[in-house]
Amino acid sequence: MFETLTEKLQTVFKKLSGKGRLSEQDVDTALREVRLALLEADVNFRVVKDFVSRVRERAIGADVMKSLSPAQMVIRIVNEELIATLGEPRKLTLSGPPPHVIMLAGLQGSGKTTTAAKLALKLRQSGQRPLLVAADTRRPAAITQLEVLGQQLDIAVHSEGDQLPPLRICANAVARARKSAYSVVLLDTGGRLHIDDSMMRELEDIVRQVSPSDVLLVVDAMTGQDAVRVAQEFNRRVALTGLILTKVDGDARGGAALSIRAVTGVPIIYMGVGEKTDALEAFLPDRLASRILGMGDMLTLIERAEAAFDQEQAQKMEQKLRTATFDLEDFLEQMQQVKKMGPLEQVLEMLPGFASIKDQLPEEVTGKQMKRVEAIIRSMTPEERRNPRIIDSSRKRRVARGSGTTVSQVNQLLNQFRQMQRMMKQLSSGRLPGVLGRFGL
Amino acid sequence: MIFRRSNKLQDSLTRTRQSFFGRIAGLLGQSDITEQTWEELEALLIQADVGANTTIELVDALREQVARDRVHRAGEMQALLKGQLVAMLQANGHAYLGGEGGPLSVVLIVGVNGSGKTTSIAKLVRYHQQQGEKVLLAAGDTFRAAAIDQLAVWADRLGVDLIAHQPGADPGAVLYDAIHAAQSRRADVVIADTAGRLHTKHNLMQELGKIHKVAAKQLPGAPHETILVLDATTGQNGLAQARTFGEAVDVTGMFLAKLDGTAKGGIAFAVARELGLPILFVGTGERAEDIAEFDAEEFVDGLFE
Repeated sequence: MFETLTEKLQTVFKKLSGKGRLSEQDVDTALREVRLALLEADVNFRVVKDFVSRVRERAIGADVMKSLSPAQMVIRIVNEELIATLGEPRKLTLSGPPPHVIMLAGLQGSGKTTTAAKLALKLRQSGQRPLLVAADTRRPAAITQLEVLGQQLDIAVHSEGDQLPPLRICANAVARARKSAYSVVLLDTGGRLHIDDSMMRELEDIVRQVSPSDVLLVVDAMTGQDAVRVAQEFNRRVALTGLILTKVDGDARGGAALSIRAVTGVPIIYMGVGEKTDALEAFLPDRLASRILGMGDMLTLIERAEAAFDQEQAQKMEQKLRTATFDLEDFLEQMQQVKKMGPLEQVLEMLPGFASIKDQLPEEVTGKQMKRVEAIIRSMTPEERRNPRIIDSSRKRRVARGSGTTVSQVNQLLNQFRQMQRMMKQLSSGRLPGVLGRFGL
Repeated sequence: MIFRRSNKLQDSLTRTRQSFFGRIAGLLGQSDITEQTWEELEALLIQADVGANTTIELVDALREQVARDRVHRAGEMQALLKGQLVAMLQANGHAYLGGEGGPLSVVLIVGVNGSGKTTSIAKLVRYHQQQGEKVLLAAGDTFRAAAIDQLAVWADRLGVDLIAHQPGADPGAVLYDAIHAAQSRRADVVIADTAGRLHTKHNLMQELGKIHKVAAKQLPGAPHETILVLDATTGQNGLAQARTFGEAVDVTGMFLAKLDGTAKGGIAFAVARELGLPILFVGTGERAEDIAEFDAEEFVDGLFE
């Protein structure tokens, strides 16, 4: 499922011979995989076509660098082109005399209200004095939602109920900001379809009335092929100055952002990476590029590990590993923590390169085995867990019966544990400094 | 079913027809099948979010069939493709709440953030009301700011009872209370909202499993439907959504929301094919009336007219 492009390309190139320089045929075979990967990432069909032909031009005849395999060479070119297309990170314009007006617009459910609150928080942290404006009078309780968020963050919200037209509300808000010295006004407009003419006209009117310095399109990272049409239409009617990609904390590849950038030239400014109000990050082209290419999801994995692992426990565990007093009790505890990260198979799938070795892995590494190990350890007495050496054959039979396993499975676990202990002793005695460093011990 | 298709669906189908599948129809209307026909067909399917893999498989199968049956006319090829698409959508289809049940049915609504759960619930309420059934709502999104208020506004507009707790309350407890209330008030259906969650958030998916269990414990056979609300604008990620939600709560069908835009919801084909999940309803606008039962035959027919 998460087979990365690198692995696919490595397979492709394994079949080809005569390296040194990328031949036309090599490149075309590889580009078929690139094309599929981009389409799977929801990059627009036409954008993929253009992109692939650009990569082709660069790749054919390119010298393969000594340090790189042909597959890596193609990936390198693809990655460079992706980053170039995605563009440099940009900041908000915030031009002219304050108050600077920022308008958020987009389809229903793209995440405008949450983003407005996140952005207000970010701006306040950078020394601005933001005013949030509840201009979505259509969606039930959208105003209340913004008010609640404002309260949570202690940021002022301008709201006048849902009876006044949004245009009036926005104009009043800007007047209030001028009077009360707010430096930034954030307009949270209602979600609308790009083909809804009267609703789009409403946005045009607001833009004419309050001349925002930034008009930002809020786009869901899960959006499919239609993203280009949506962005083009919004851009045509209200001249977008930037893009915010939301829900990037999911596993959508976010190809829509690449498409929009390629077709409209509108720069990507922020990415929403969580439900918490501080989960808004500056856009980083290289991070988004590797995501679009599906090069593993190490970041998600790291985040999950951080959420699941108790800092204090981890330190205690590290101490035990160092002094080689790590016993089966500790082993069990550590397994519980790993389990909190999700099913083992799912966790492993996030590792780059896992897909290609998955089929060769014995059943041992799957969750089933983890359950079995757990059952075996739980069938031991506390004393046995602390000192496995006392487990003789009669104890082994009892443990096997208690855990519904066989004596040889119990043996297997004990052997593995002994090996682990031996390795840890070597590590802690400093005989393998290189390895030690690698484990961060 | 007595429920009639609203004009809105006809409108949105007409629009879809004119834009995308209208082009397929125009394309297939041409006489002979050429290599260009195939390429354009592929391009059109991909642009409808059908997905590269599904498209390639569809087109390959169609090529084979065309060769085997010695089809030369594009018109005949169209009929074959239509058949394939309909079959894909119909596999594992079932009538909404068609299973055996007692006097009370529980419908659990799940989906990612912003997919359109709350609005879709309003539409479902209107659907049941048109059949003369009494609905009770459970405000199970206790997480998002003002989500309870949003559902309360709809409950008020539609004139149905709402069971709600404080923000931050346990959604399982809300559903527990709602089922009890529905039994004593003799309601026919409980529709339970849940907080939007990205399918990659393991803890939140486990929480959803718990809510599901609360319903089952409270009332045998409940929830009678667990509906995944899928935004028609969603691209290939829709498949991962459907898969993960399905693993967490045994999803029984989909509500394809926001079909009134220009997006085609083509990911539904892959979801139907790989996971056997049927589309039960489509949302065609912002009002509660803008709902239609999904009919694969009619849908695909409409696309080719």
